[in-house]
Amino acid sequence: MTVSPRHALSVWQRNFAMYRRSWALNILPNFFEPLLYLVSMGVGVGAYISEMGGSSYLAFLAPGLVAVAAMNGASFEVTYNAFVRLNFEKTYESMLTTPIQPEDVLAGEVLWAVTRASIYGGAFLVVVTGWGLVTPLHALLALPLVPLAGLLFAALGIAFSLRIPTIELFSFYFTLFLTPLFLFSDVFFPLKERLSGVWLYVAEALPLLHPVRLMRAAFGADIPLLTLLFDLTYLLALSTLLLWVASRVIRARLRG
Amino acid sequence: MIVRCEQVSKRYGEKLAVDGLDLEVEKGQCFGLLGPNGAGKTTALKMIYGVTEPSAGRILVFDQDITTHTREIRARLGVTLQENALIEVLSPVENMRVFGRYHLIPAAAIEERIEGLLDFLDIRSHADVPVKALSGGFQRRLAIALSLMNGPELLILDEPTTGLDPAVRLALWNRVRELRRAGTTVLLTTHYMEEAERLCDALLVMDQGKLVARGAPRELIRDVLAPETLEVELPAGRHAAVLGQLSGVRALRSGAHLMLYAKDATALLEAVRRAEPEAQLVAIRPTNLEDVFLALTGTKLEGGA
Repeated sequence: MTVSPRHALSVWQRNFAMYRRSWALNILPNFFEPLLYLVSMGVGVGAYISEMGGSSYLAFLAPGLVAVAAMNGASFEVTYNAFVRLNFEKTYESMLTTPIQPEDVLAGEVLWAVTRASIYGGAFLVVVTGWGLVTPLHALLALPLVPLAGLLFAALGIAFSLRIPTIELFSFYFTLFLTPLFLFSDVFFPLKERLSGVWLYVAEALPLLHPVRLMRAAFGADIPLLTLLFDLTYLLALSTLLLWVASRVIRARLRG
Repeated sequence: MIVRCEQVSKRYGEKLAVDGLDLEVEKGQCFGLLGPNGAGKTTALKMIYGVTEPSAGRILVFDQDITTHTREIRARLGVTLQENALIEVLSPVENMRVFGRYHLIPAAAIEERIEGLLDFLDIRSHADVPVKALSGGFQRRLAIALSLMNGPELLILDEPTTGLDPAVRLALWNRVRELRRAGTTVLLTTHYMEEAERLCDALLVMDQGKLVARGAPRELIRDVLAPETLEVELPAGRHAAVLGQLSGVRALRSGAHLMLYAKDATALLEAVRRAEPEAQLVAIRPTNLEDVFLALTGTKLEGGA
């Protein structure tokens, strides 16, 4: 069965209708998170750091935090929210009484997660542009990377959410997966300058590393083209693979 | 034929949830699927609207195979699930809009449809109140309104009135009758035998995945039991002896209470009193579907004779 774009859009519209009502509660608080890191680390810690990766510490942090904002935006949506819709609110069950099929539900949910990622990441990009940490031209270059980063974490999150039996397992996902990614993916320090030997290659497995590096390049950092092509390939390939897995799982889950 | 199930089975691991079910729903009928909890009713419904795939057998809805024409078939039917799946922060009108879009109904047509359904299910007074502030009766009516958004030719109701007060239940029964008058075919499951008796013109009783009886309510009562029921209470230890003297009478026993089924219950009462002078008459009444249901599926009650 293939995705029907119009049915997937109606799933997206369901979430949009719901969040239009409660955006101040749901979207606003999460938006401040990367901003707080930027101020605390960039302005606070940054005062003791003369330069990092060839720029001020504040400017070093900015691109990574844009990717983190996108990661968070997508992750909240496809973890707790999707799990509740699947298991408690019976939302998907009711969608499947209409012509909507499981693949449309998946596509609509992922599209919505990408939308939320774009709202967070886009807003944060506007903030750092206004702050003067990136030129408007480079910010424009970075803009399409925001939904791409969102897509990767939407795919990771939904593939996880569809397979776990209880909602408590999300604490593993956030604390033992997303938090380490956040801390060790080139956001706060140039990871690979601290690594040597085989670890240089192991680090390439970290999903967040790739959108961060792409974002850094868009902000003007000098990164080899081949590395960027690898990052882009990694991002698209892993997203595709995970969505393929998720489409099989959602079909099995919803069609028992 | 609106629905045709041919030798349909559904297996979950070792368990056969539905076992070789044959079922036919004709156009304009109200068809009731009865059975105790876990009999396989919901699984049967889910296979009919194409969410669950049968392990064996074939299902045709509107003369099309549900496994290959799922989208087309679902566009023409509506389903009210056992549990309401509503968006609690949104109002009934907003919920209906969202649901109308699932069917790809154009915006103007959605508004028109909402107008009609607000009156039909009597939701207008609370049309703009968040769903979480509504009573159970309102929420149930809204759930039914959602399943009518696409003007379905076949309406599937999974326990539509469970947990509702008598007034709401009566109102919903009337709506179902109105829909039928307008040509809608209805397929429902219920635990309320009164509901089945009043609404349905064809019934199918399932137990442990298997069909145990089918027919119109009156036919079932006549064929399975008898038109009249005699309820008596007997002294402890006398049941077997009394039933022994009344050969060929169907009976159901629950504690000291004995229910006996006959064409002529008054004559039967005399026979009971001859066998046991201390028998206490509780009631003579027409046999109803509940008696039939218990006789067919009531495994916890002791069968007599």
